[in-house]
Amino acid sequence: MFAYSPLIVVFPLLGFIFLGLVGWRLKNEKLIGILGSGTVGLSFLLAAMLFFQMLGLQPEERKHAVELFTWISAFTGTSSSLTVSVAYQVDQLSILMTLIVTGVGFLIHVYSIGYMHGDRGFWRFFAYLNLFIFAMLNLVLADNFLLMFLGWEGVGLCSYLLIGFWYDRKFDTGGYKPGTATTSDAAKKAFIVNRIGDFGFLLAMFLIFVHFGSLNFDAVFGRAEVLTPGSSTMVWIALLLFLGATGKSAQIPLFIWLPDAMAGPTPVSALIHAATMVTAGVYMVARCSILYALAPAAMQVVAIIGALTAIVAATIGLVQNDIKKVLAYSTVSQLGYMFLGMGVAAFSAGIFHVLTHAFFKALLFLGSGAVIHAMHNEQDIQKMGGLKHHLPTTYKTFVVGAIAIAGIFPFSGFFSKDEILWKAFSSDYGSVFLWILGVLGAGLTAFYMFRLVSLTFEGEPRYGHEVHPHEAPRTMTIPLVILAFLSIVGGFVGIPESLFGGNSIEHWLEPVFAPAYDKLRLTTHVTEIAEYLSMILSVGIAIAGIYGARVVYLRRTELAEAWKAKYAAMYRILFNKYYVDEAYDKLFVSSTVKVSEGFLWKGVDVSVIDGAVNGSARLIAIAAQGIRRIQTGIAQQYATVFVVGILVVLGWLMFK
Amino acid sequence: MDIQPYLLLSAITFVIGVVGVLARRNAIIVFMSIELMLNSVNLSLVAFSAFLGDVTGQMLVFFVMTVAAAEAAVGLAIIIALFRNKQTVNLEDINILKW
Repeated sequence: MFAYSPLIVVFPLLGFIFLGLVGWRLKNEKLIGILGSGTVGLSFLLAAMLFFQMLGLQPEERKHAVELFTWISAFTGTSSSLTVSVAYQVDQLSILMTLIVTGVGFLIHVYSIGYMHGDRGFWRFFAYLNLFIFAMLNLVLADNFLLMFLGWEGVGLCSYLLIGFWYDRKFDTGGYKPGTATTSDAAKKAFIVNRIGDFGFLLAMFLIFVHFGSLNFDAVFGRAEVLTPGSSTMVWIALLLFLGATGKSAQIPLFIWLPDAMAGPTPVSALIHAATMVTAGVYMVARCSILYALAPAAMQVVAIIGALTAIVAATIGLVQNDIKKVLAYSTVSQLGYMFLGMGVAAFSAGIFHVLTHAFFKALLFLGSGAVIHAMHNEQDIQKMGGLKHHLPTTYKTFVVGAIAIAGIFPFSGFFSKDEILWKAFSSDYGSVFLWILGVLGAGLTAFYMFRLVSLTFEGEPRYGHEVHPHEAPRTMTIPLVILAFLSIVGGFVGIPESLFGGNSIEHWLEPVFAPAYDKLRLTTHVTEIAEYLSMILSVGIAIAGIYGARVVYLRRTELAEAWKAKYAAMYRILFNKYYVDEAYDKLFVSSTVKVSEGFLWKGVDVSVIDGAVNGSARLIAIAAQGIRRIQTGIAQQYATVFVVGILVVLGWLMFK
Repeated sequence: MDIQPYLLLSAITFVIGVVGVLARRNAIIVFMSIELMLNSVNLSLVAFSAFLGDVTGQMLVFFVMTVAAAEAAVGLAIIIALFRNKQTVNLEDINILKW
């Protein structure tokens, strides 16, 4: 079975090539849809078969790499030559990510058949989605940094292509004058911000090659295992890798692109900007856990950035009115939790949250897509309300997703989030401060999610009579139901021992993270009572958040307006997302433009470069003023020169 | 037979021709000087021919005369055309070939 693992990657590639080349000829949407989702479905089936085979093997036999061909081979003349293969490595971590990517990806493909119905770029959409799946599978299955980087850049490209899929539509992004930006501006913003992170990834890769002499995971991690923690090179490698992660996974300071990425079609937001691509950074940190274990200082940075992102994004999410932007900030916030987990050495808890988050956030996004579909492209939740009567299936599944993300027992979000919060408190690398940030964020999450539910689905309708909302077609509701089911039961793979579960996901991932755990020498020294207290507290604050949201937005709606007026300054700051876009615009964009215009253009270009060009021309002209007097136009003078020349040559021949 | 006087005469007339071409301003006289140079070359050719007992030199002289006749016809035509355009044959006034 292991030998067939590269096929998982190949199917979506074939789908992309076929749809990309001949898709425009295919007039039948059904055929395109079946082809596009079929390739991903095949990959999922193969991955699932592989997974079940791995279940039957001993833990140490579950890892396997298949080399396809040598990609780059460069003999440097020194001891370390660069050899990079296209090789796919299946192990406990990568098969889990593959299952998420292909499984959730398949459902979203099916959903897209209904959502993109009638779009003139239907075939193009599916071609891009398949290309995305191909790139994402490269990212998670690669057995070396460079192939991972190929996938890393590939998903970035697909993200760009799909955010700007409706490239001629207006979209309001931060940093532009309102009404002037289109979705392609949002796409460019996402790409450029991601490039900053990718730069960090590249530098980290260079450092790794210089330091370890290889880019292969096994070689690098094997050599890392014998090192002692604390060298500054390791801190730099870990921090630069994390810079890459902050770009791709939308963490402070590079989170600004993700809310604008909502310009893309909703299935794209669900697949790329919630379930899979944005978790690439988490996956990468988990994959390099041993490198982070060698740099505890970098882990502290990861934990603090994660916790801060979780709380900052949650507060912004409280006041946004665009249904997708609320979900986008919620995604940023949840990604913060994952990094918080990574930073406190709870690697498997972080990956667990990737899994459950993929279910419930894909569900929430697809649900919001059904709402937008029903409301004819209306995204402002202030203009919705009472939709539960018109979209019963969407409503029920959406509430399931909201409860799951709020972390209510026994929904999936509870187990993963609680595991992270508990580790943030009890781990050697955690602290009360991180834990408090996390619990506060959990309360805010519950509040803004149920604000969203209340304003969208409940209460009185606030839309005009010309809108007639209708339930989505079956290709859209069936994925919703499946994802809702997974959002409920998905957490059961990680029930902690304290709740009499086996925590099977942690045991499953154990061999991948064992070297890092060994290096960190983790101890547990807090009693189980504290663990129960932490659980009760986080569920309690989540219930309080839900209750608060229902009171404010359903029963006493005047409270929302009153608070808005009372805390106007704070509301404005949150509504304008802490003015981060504006600050970046002032700090980087405008200042770059100013320096470019004032110094580089009018200074360097005009006076130095143009000056050199024009100056040399003028110099030639001045010299020519004198020299051209030789050319008198009188033929006799030329003849004189001939004769003198002949005489000189003759004289030289005769008297030499 | 002593060849030196012939060559001496040929050289003298050639130099007169060169100086005429370079120094005189009247196009007709420059033209005549060119003819003088051609004829001085002819003179040395026949002198060598006689001295060496080889007719090749004399044969070449006929070629030169033929070319000179053609050249005289073309050259005079050019000078006439020049005069019609410029009302002068003074070479110092004919300097339109400059910058």
